Amino acid sequence: MTPLLQVTGLETRFFTRDGVVRAVDGVSFSTEAGETLAIVGESGCGKSVTSLSILRLIASPPGRIVGGKVLFEGRDLLTLSEDEMRAVRGDAISMIFQEPMTSLNPALTIGRQIAEGLVLHRGLSQQDALARAAEMLRKVRMPEPERRLRQYPHELSGGMRQRVMIAMALVCGPRLLIADEPTTALDVTIQAQILELMRELARETGAAIILITHDLGVVAEMAQRVVVMYGGRKVEEAPVEALFAHPRHPYTAGLLGSMPRLGDSLREGALKRLVEIPGMVPSLSEAQSGCLFAPRCPNALSRCTQETPSLVAHGTGHFAACWNPIA
Amino acid sequence: MATAVLTASPTSQQLRDALRRHPTAIIGSVVLAAVALIALLAPWLGTVDPQALSPVQRLKPPSSEHWFGTDMLGRDVYSRVVYGSRISLTVGVSVAALSIGIGLAIGLVTGFLRWLDAIVMRVMDGLMSIPSVLLAIALMALTKASVGNVIFAITLAEVPRVVRLVRSLVLSLREQPYVDAAIAAGTNLPLILMRHILPNTLAPLLVQGTYICASAMITEAILSFIGAGTPPNVPSWGNIMAEARSMFQLASYLIFFPGLFLSLTVLAVNLLGDGMRDALDPRLARRM
Repeated sequence: MTPLLQVTGLETRFFTRDGVVRAVDGVSFSTEAGETLAIVGESGCGKSVTSLSILRLIASPPGRIVGGKVLFEGRDLLTLSEDEMRAVRGDAISMIFQEPMTSLNPALTIGRQIAEGLVLHRGLSQQDALARAAEMLRKVRMPEPERRLRQYPHELSGGMRQRVMIAMALVCGPRLLIADEPTTALDVTIQAQILELMRELARETGAAIILITHDLGVVAEMAQRVVVMYGGRKVEEAPVEALFAHPRHPYTAGLLGSMPRLGDSLREGALKRLVEIPGMVPSLSEAQSGCLFAPRCPNALSRCTQETPSLVAHGTGHFAACWNPIA
Repeated sequence: MATAVLTASPTSQQLRDALRRHPTAIIGSVVLAAVALIALLAPWLGTVDPQALSPVQRLKPPSSEHWFGTDMLGRDVYSRVVYGSRISLTVGVSVAALSIGIGLAIGLVTGFLRWLDAIVMRVMDGLMSIPSVLLAIALMALTKASVGNVIFAITLAEVPRVVRLVRSLVLSLREQPYVDAAIAAGTNLPLILMRHILPNTLAPLLVQGTYICASAMITEAILSFIGAGTPPNVPSWGNIMAEARSMFQLASYLIFFPGLFLSLTVLAVNLLGDGMRDALDPRLARRM
């Protein structure tokens, strides 16, 4: 079965006054219809740039995709013209942004913003599009959808706005949904509702989801497969159970160790300190040889700083780029 | 239709509430409405032909017959001032509307297209380096005196300021996540400009429009005062004052009444503008 989306060797660089930043450095992954793939990593690891690169939304200048392929349903998105790309955006592939507070236009009603995609990609009339928009709002379980259509974003709460964002993203029935930290700006109870909603709607439509997040709790909840990124590179990829049960890359282990678990402190009898990863995220501006994580890695060998590790299989679908993986 | 939209929209309700909280804006609107009514109803406000000469009635001080007195040619100053309001308001409103319209179109496009931006902004910088009154005088010198040419000349001087404002608004608006979201949804450039950028520039532009209106009325009066504006056969506040200049010591009321009307009208427009600025920018209003 050919994957829905296959990204191979993606390289995105930013050409700034202070030098070239290798934000995404040879990242490959693929996802199939109906699957949820999570891309995790800390801030600045290139996960958002990866997702923006898929839709070719990197501001240029300073950014440029310098290498790789993004095959979507067999077509390389990187070779499409701007017009062809515009037809893909919001239709076959759509995106949910992390800031529901600012990702809606304050001067337009909710209805018009949801309807815009339908008018644009499906050529629907404004009336038909608004009727579909109301239907979509009902699907994302917005109370009183007809009234919401006429309201402005400032009249809705954060959770409601994120529902609107999801309705906007799904209104054209995309085959791939890219969600860039969709729940970061929401409080925890709303987070759970939004995640549940996304999962349900994706199951209904058979769409694939690429979930960009730094929240491993969200990953465990939503994803089937996980890509861990560090310093613009993919350091580990695994099915979600394997990753949580048995991380191979020390960075992944560090991420998991820095996550609090409910009940931990009670079981230990005393408050246990969370494990942290020492050091800082590396600067991506200069070309570096060796593993980028080596300076912070507890398992680092001398080899790690000299040779860049390549991905090695550690079981079905489980890969890690590490010279000294956790056994 | 327009009123239906106004009452249906919650923002217009907020606007009205805010106006109520800002009494100066109310005073401004009332004075402005009164001047507009005067201009509109000029023939029915007990006026006579503002051009009618009456040599025996020269330089009469204000009386029950001639409320504002008569000038050196015996023309009724009240009638001339009342008719003059038409010119001031026409010039003020037309210049505001035209310069906002033209400036908006240029500013929207230049804010989004970088290569065009560099060229257009240098032209605007050039225009702005000439004082607007001087630019208007130069333009009037090239054409013949008429109200249309006055409007054109002042508009040309005001457009660069609007372009700057719109461009700066567009530059900040294009960084907004909802514009990125619209691009990610496959929206094309014209639609992004019309749907997502334009509506968000209107509030500051509306406020700017009132200031332009006020400054255009003053510029018109200045141009007329120095004889480079409205032709002498059309009474405007500026040329009424210009003609009365030599008589100032004999009949100061000739300058006082048109001057009073001009000041009041400009003040009213500015008060309205300030009130609208506070009403449309809730953050600023809360601080006051």
